Amino acid sequence: MAQSLERQKAKPHIAEEWVGKVYTLLCIAFLITTIVSIVYFVASKGLSTFFVNHVSLTNLVTGLKWSPDGQPPVFGALPFIFGSFSTSILAAVIAAPLSFCAAVFMIEIAPKFGRRYLQPVIELLAGIPSVVYGFVGLSVIVPFFRDVFPGQGVGIAAGALVLSVMILPTITTIATDALAALPKGLKEGSYALGSTRWQTIYRIVLPTTLPALMTGIVLGIARAFGEALAVQMVIGNAPHIPHSLFESASTLTSAITLSMGNTAMGSVANNALWSLALILMFMTFVFVFIVRWLEGRKKL
Amino acid sequence: MSAKTADKIATAVIVGVAAFIVLVLAGLLGFILYRGVGHISFHFLTSAPETIRKGGGIGPQLFNSVFLLVLTMIITIPIGLGAGIYMSEYAPANKITSGIRLIVEVLSSVPSIVVGLFGLLVIVNLFGFGFSLFSGALALTVFNLPLMVRITEQGLKGVPREQKEASLALGLSKWKTITSVMLPIAMPVILTGTILAAGRVFGEAAALLFTAGMSSPRLDFTNWNPLSPFSPLNPFRPAETLAVHIWKINSEGLAPDAAQIAAGASAVLVITVLVFNFAARWLGRYMYRKFTAIK
Repeated sequence: MAQSLERQKAKPHIAEEWVGKVYTLLCIAFLITTIVSIVYFVASKGLSTFFVNHVSLTNLVTGLKWSPDGQPPVFGALPFIFGSFSTSILAAVIAAPLSFCAAVFMIEIAPKFGRRYLQPVIELLAGIPSVVYGFVGLSVIVPFFRDVFPGQGVGIAAGALVLSVMILPTITTIATDALAALPKGLKEGSYALGSTRWQTIYRIVLPTTLPALMTGIVLGIARAFGEALAVQMVIGNAPHIPHSLFESASTLTSAITLSMGNTAMGSVANNALWSLALILMFMTFVFVFIVRWLEGRKKL
Repeated sequence: MSAKTADKIATAVIVGVAAFIVLVLAGLLGFILYRGVGHISFHFLTSAPETIRKGGGIGPQLFNSVFLLVLTMIITIPIGLGAGIYMSEYAPANKITSGIRLIVEVLSSVPSIVVGLFGLLVIVNLFGFGFSLFSGALALTVFNLPLMVRITEQGLKGVPREQKEASLALGLSKWKTITSVMLPIAMPVILTGTILAAGRVFGEAAALLFTAGMSSPRLDFTNWNPLSPFSPLNPFRPAETLAVHIWKINSEGLAPDAAQIAAGASAVLVITVLVFNFAARWLGRYMYRKFTAIK
């Protein structure tokens, strides 16, 4: 009698436990299904350019001319690939030193002031929508470049500058975390030996946190690589490899944004755009694996 | 150069850079607000946009953005919480779990334009939802889920172990422990993160171009029947959000005051994001104080 009562009491508990388990498992299953189907659908569309329309992979990756309406249509995506890489790497080159300085300021030089004022500023920069960055780039940076340098002002320089502000928070946050996590003994040992603050930063802090800083930079490049609208607004969208930084260019994302709506589903031109998306996704994987590799090194 | 001089120069440079970053943000915000706030009026916020004539507003776009935000969060929060709880509490420490972790990481770094394309292919065409608010909300859910999972995990990791163990020791089931002991403690972190995620949804455009569409039907704000195609409440109508609108008028705007409209709309967007940010900060601090009794 007593046992059965106990069992009855236990039942709702067990049922509750099952509800929780099944519910959370379903949620995670949804997440996994989503990413698998993203990879599957983008890959199947992107690969059909090669298998259904018989465009050769080498032509797509190394071709210099993109003219989907030409006779015959030519799909050379190298200008877009070049544009994407040059804007995002240039953006990282601009943003990385600034981010490192900001992180050092927040952790080593003025922790109180830094945490109170600089950190919220960085977080706000992260929160500003990309179209707003694009709009500001279009109405400030582009006219400025047009006045100062030859050309229309649009191009890789304008794109990289806009992107550098956008990825600054990503790199800074990771650099700050890395500097804050540094064991105190290292720095104190350096100070005890009579080093100045700069010597400590340069000789101790920078080398030990380098893998983490690199992680931040790679994540920043990844974000810049995938950014679409802000870049599209300031880069000019000409499908050529430019001769200067101030000449109209294109990126993978800007090409997709502009042309996807104007091509019919299933046509060669449309499939070629999906191939560009596939390149984007492939690069995302590459970036994630580089980050993983860097994080593995950090533990050593 | 002596070590001390080098130190002084380096310090000066670092402080200068920090000041420069603050200046950039101040300049950015100042520029957007200076250019835009003058254009914001009640008429601007409530009237429909004009294609060719002057004096168009952003009423429907603003409404769409808010509606889409609500719709997205309704879908994202339960799934994200569930997945986050699984990752932090139920997932066994094995290879499969670290595989899932990798998947979440990959999903969080997939560019939003690719998420938009996936939405176009699967949600819009395959499932047949068409260019609609609902498609947009689903695409944004995909885009936001990894963030939500990470936030939930972070919140739950911050719960003191003793509290969890005390609850389990009292005979509560694991699920009950999670929902009535751990989640309330983790709430400040989760809520702050969710509000910041909401700000991201509000400003997102690339994922919406090909899912929620770039046009808005003439909305009839007196028709509140959610099934009517002209009702603002119908989730299955195409909807251009504020962020998409800014992009569109910047690239193909025909109205003579397109630049002002873009400036005004950007200012509205930025002000909203600022409000989200401050709300998150304030709420987080308030709840932390309330739950921990620290003054």
